[in-house]
Order: sequence, then structure tokens, then C-alpha cells
Amino acid sequence: MSFERTLEKLKILADAAKYDVSCSSSGSKRTNTNKGLGDATGMGICHSYTEDGRCVSLLKILLTNHCIFDCAYCVTRKSNDVKRAAFKVQEVVDLTINFYRRNYIEGLFLSSGIFKSADYTMERLVAVAKKLRLEENFNGYIHLKSIPGASDELMREAGLYADRLSVNIEIPTKSGLKLLAPDKNFDDFIKPMEKVKNEIIQYKSEKKIIKSTPKYAPGGQSTQMIVGASGENDFQILKTAEHYYKNFNLKRVYYSGYVPISYDNRLPAIGSEVPMLRENRLYQSDWLTRFYGFHTNEIVNLNHQNLDLDIDPKLSWALRNLHEFPVDVNKADKRMLARIPGVGMKSVAKILMARKYRRLNWDHLKKIGIAFNRAQYFLVCDSNQFERRDLTATKLKAIILKNSNSKYDKLLSPQLNLFS
Amino acid sequence: MQHKTLLYDGTFEGFLSCVFYVFEYKLKNVTIQNQFVNQSELFSDNETINTDKQKSDRVWKGLKQKASTLSSTKIYYAFLSEQPKVENVLLDYMLYIFNSSEKVDTDFTQPSVLKTSQIAKNVSREKHRMEAFVRFKLTKDNIYFANIEPDFNVLPLIAKHFKSRYADQKWVIYDIRRNYGLFYDLHKLDFINLDFPENFDFSKTSSDFFADEEFEFQKLWKDYFDSTNIKERKNMKLHIRHVPKRYWKYLSEKQPNL
Repeated sequence: MSFERTLEKLKILADAAKYDVSCSSSGSKRTNTNKGLGDATGMGICHSYTEDGRCVSLLKILLTNHCIFDCAYCVTRKSNDVKRAAFKVQEVVDLTINFYRRNYIEGLFLSSGIFKSADYTMERLVAVAKKLRLEENFNGYIHLKSIPGASDELMREAGLYADRLSVNIEIPTKSGLKLLAPDKNFDDFIKPMEKVKNEIIQYKSEKKIIKSTPKYAPGGQSTQMIVGASGENDFQILKTAEHYYKNFNLKRVYYSGYVPISYDNRLPAIGSEVPMLRENRLYQSDWLTRFYGFHTNEIVNLNHQNLDLDIDPKLSWALRNLHEFPVDVNKADKRMLARIPGVGMKSVAKILMARKYRRLNWDHLKKIGIAFNRAQYFLVCDSNQFERRDLTATKLKAIILKNSNSKYDKLLSPQLNLFS
Repeated sequence: MQHKTLLYDGTFEGFLSCVFYVFEYKLKNVTIQNQFVNQSELFSDNETINTDKQKSDRVWKGLKQKASTLSSTKIYYAFLSEQPKVENVLLDYMLYIFNSSEKVDTDFTQPSVLKTSQIAKNVSREKHRMEAFVRFKLTKDNIYFANIEPDFNVLPLIAKHFKSRYADQKWVIYDIRRNYGLFYDLHKLDFINLDFPENFDFSKTSSDFFADEEFEFQKLWKDYFDSTNIKERKNMKLHIRHVPKRYWKYLSEKQPNL
């Protein structure tokens, strides 16, 4: 490995891969066998964090940033004037192994620009994973990007060596895709996703009969959508996410606030603000549907198409559904406890355990760690102070906002004036 | 009643032996204290308790019958926090468990139950961070070496993780605050004590001790770390919350340019 050359390539190909949000290294189980290297535990580990606060868990790089496509939102697009580079298969293998041995990373996230053809590119991604598993006896985490349009045979092989596969749909609507990525065909995204889904289903049923069936993409598949590039509202984004969760059994949908990288007038201009708060609200909503038992329609619907920026989506739902409150902490079921603003799933678990011993009062709840500034208006317990007076949703919202210190206050100040 | 202070040797077994003693003599007004940590109390009657494996096993076994595995794990984790007076929080918790006829180990309305759980959580967080922030450097002897300086004594908790992960390389993780380490020699795992040369700087990669290629990989890693940052999204507050500054001195990606 020539150090100087690899260093240069690594800079280019890490820089180009950084806009991919996914860095999760959880959800797979691959134990160390025959005294090899690595062990993919169920929970995954973040080994460092960039200065923008995102976790670094995998060596996330492109195999190459040469690309035959010209998608407006992408730094690697054909018409962009950037330095190009390509890794050799062995270089990626050496980097992964040496970084892993030093405990820098949990594994590899390998994506690529599309050079020559979808299959030609996919074949090389698979070759890296195969070499790591078979020649290096590597049991760390491997996430491969499915290249839109890759053949079924290659997708099958990819799943045998990778822990997770993903294809980024990037633009949540067909019309948006047509506008910003005219070379890409919507169905090309769906096909590999469909194949992987079916392989996972087949693996699970075969596994029941034949114990030794080789693992197939044990970490499942994920996708990513860009937020704020093509004018979609939150209703469209979350409904699209719901569709993929439901129909393709996705493990994760990532939302990526668009970072302007192009002077193309179809896109937000360079220098415009990255919609980080909106991205954060989308993740909160995603969490509510995956872990808190909410249905997407409760969070966004035709009458409420965009998430509030000044309050979190659970509080927003509660204010629109005051008739469901107050919740009696000492009696309510898990589902309703999880719906109280300011009460997270960890607190729900503690409440359920603790209330077996005695009726809980405000003091107990505060110590357990609920966010009192929000929760106090939505629950009753074994003490009667702080009970919700008959306040309207608007009033309540104003009081809560006044008594909370959001890290986004600065961003929100012009909007807050509306309610004061 | 005269206040009594029980001194033990700092080990978990030693602590449990004290708990046994408290039960045996039905002591009320008592403090349990590591004899190597100086915090003598005035007007206290000190007694040194010998570590007795049989007695400590009995306490531990008894506890496991009356509490969930999770709760007993929490007690062990909280013990490793080495926080001043943690022994008495744990003693209160165990007394509460042993003196109740029903299972009460998850009664979070009880201060000692909640406190133990919170301290255990802090320890568990640092355990997890150490699994993340250990940075191995390849020595000239072909051993991957890392030094750490955790607030809590988490080395015993991370041993298994690194053993199952790095089964095909020799490695050492050394706690320089507590002056002991873990050594894996491709077959078994041992606790070790090392003497370091006068001129050994734990935050530097001296070419006297480390392999030549080590510098190259550290540079590759640091450059990777820098290129993966999106400057339009810079958020140092979040960054520091994830990577507290006290860990920076041994993180290769946080060193000034090589």
C-alpha cells in the first residue's frame, strides 16, 4: 500500500461519502469465530464524533467518485468539477483491517459512484466484502450500498457478506426525482430493495428448518431521504417513510437535511441554512412511530401537513388532543404513559416498575427523571398540586415555551414572537 | 450508639465481607470504607474486616435470590464507581432488599434503589465510552497497546468485550490512573502491572517504542476524521457532549497535526 497515494484517495473519497447519514453499526449479530478479527455486537459502538456532532462508527467511504449519472443534489455528479479517485479492492480491505485493529471503527460502510454500469460497480463492492470475510476472517460490521439497477444475483451475493444493505431513495417523490435526477429511474431503486426483502424472508424461513443456512443481511436494510431540496412537506416525507417501513421491512429510514453544494437553480442556493431543526423533528416523529406506538397519521395528516418547529411532535399531538388528558400515572396503560409529553420510554419502564410498590407522586416522578416542565400539564398522580387548570392549547403552548430553554431558541426567536 | 467504621481492602469481596459483618452483629450506625482511601471520621470506632471469600459468596448468593440479575449487576457496577461513600448507598440498598419479605429491588421510590441505579448508569456510560475511545497503537514488539484514564474503575467490565473482539492480536489496555492493565496474549487474559520508562509519554507516539507504520495509520485516521466533517453543520456543543474533553489527550484524531 503506497501511503501517500492512499492518503490522497482517502481524503477525496471520505469527503464525498460524508453526506450519507447512515453510520449505524447496530442490529447485527456476528460473533467472532475461529479466533478471527472482530465481533459485531447487537448494539454497535460509536468510536468518535465529528465536529458537527455526528457519530463515526464505520469507515464510510466511496469506492470511487467517478459517476455516469448527473443528479443535481449530489457532489459526485458527472458535471461537477471535482478531483476524482478510485480505491483498489485491496486498499479498502487494508484500511478497514488496520483501522479496526486500532479500535477506530466498528466496520466498513462502502458506497460508490457508478462507473461503467450498475453491475460492474456492485461487483466490486461485493468483492471487498467477500475478501474481508473469506480471506481476512473479519467479523466486524459491513454495510454495502445497493447500486440502483444491480442484478438480482449480485444482490443475493451482497447479502451473504454484508450485515446491512441500503439504497438511498434521496428524493421522496417521483416528480421530485424526475426533476433532480433525470437519469435515474424510480423502479431501479425498488428492484434491489425488493430482492433483499425477499431474500431476508426466505432466509428466515429456511433458517427454521436448516440451522446452518448462511446469514443473509442480518442487519436488514435502510434508506435515506434528503430533506429540503425539492419542496416536499413533512406529510409527504413521513408517509413515504411509512410506506418503506411497511412494504420493505426497513430497519431505518434516515433523514438528511440538505447541505447546498451546487449553483443549480433547481436547488437551494449555496449558503442557505441546512434545515437541521426540521431534520431533528422528523427523527423525533420517526421515533414516535417506531417505539412509542404512534401512527403516522396522528403526527401528520392532511390538516396538519408540517411538523411544528417550535415544539416536539409529541407535545404537538397532545395539544391537538387535549381530550385524552390528563393521564393518571398510577393507572394508565403503557401506551398512554408513552404519550405524555416529557415522558420517555425509559421513564415509562421505571414508572411501571415503581408503581407496583406504591402510588407515585410528583416527587417520585421528578426523581425518576421525567421532563417536568412539559409533563406537569398532562398527568395526575398521587399529589394534587400542579393539576392542569382549564387551559386552551394555545395558552398551554405559550406557557410551556416560556418555561423551557430550547437549544434552538436562537433559530426560533422570530416565530416565538407570534405567540407571545 | 457508638459509630463504627469498617475498613476493607478495596475489593468487592472485601466490601461484601463487611456487609456480612453488619448483618452478623446487627450493626446500626456504621460506615464502610476502603482502608486505602483516607477519610477518617472523628469519634469513630474503626475495625478492619478481613476479606473472606466464603462470607462474601454467601452475601452475593443471598442477594441474587432476592433481587434480579440486573439489580445485582447494578450493585457491582456502582461499586466500581469508587465514589466517596458509595459503599453506604449500596449497604442501604442491600439492607432494604434483605429486610423485605417481597422483591423490592426495583422500587425506584426508595432513595438507595434510585441512587444505585443512577451511579451504575454513570459507570455503564463510561464502560461504553471506553469500549469506544480505546485507541490501540502497534508497538515494536507487535503488541497493540492502549492507555486509558477513566474516572471509574471500568477495566474489569470491558475485558470481555475486547477479548471477543481482538482474538487474533496481542493487546494491552492499561489504566494509568490505577496503575494496572489487561494483557491478552492470544490465549488468555491477565491483569498485569507494568513499569514504564522515565521518558514514556502516554499522549505521544514515540518511535522508540512504536512501529513505523503506526504513524501512517494515525495520520490516515486523523485525515479521515477531518474529511468526514461537514462544516456547514458544525456543532461543537454536541461534539463535546459526545466526546468529553477529558478523553481528548489519548484520542489520535484529536492530536495536533502529525
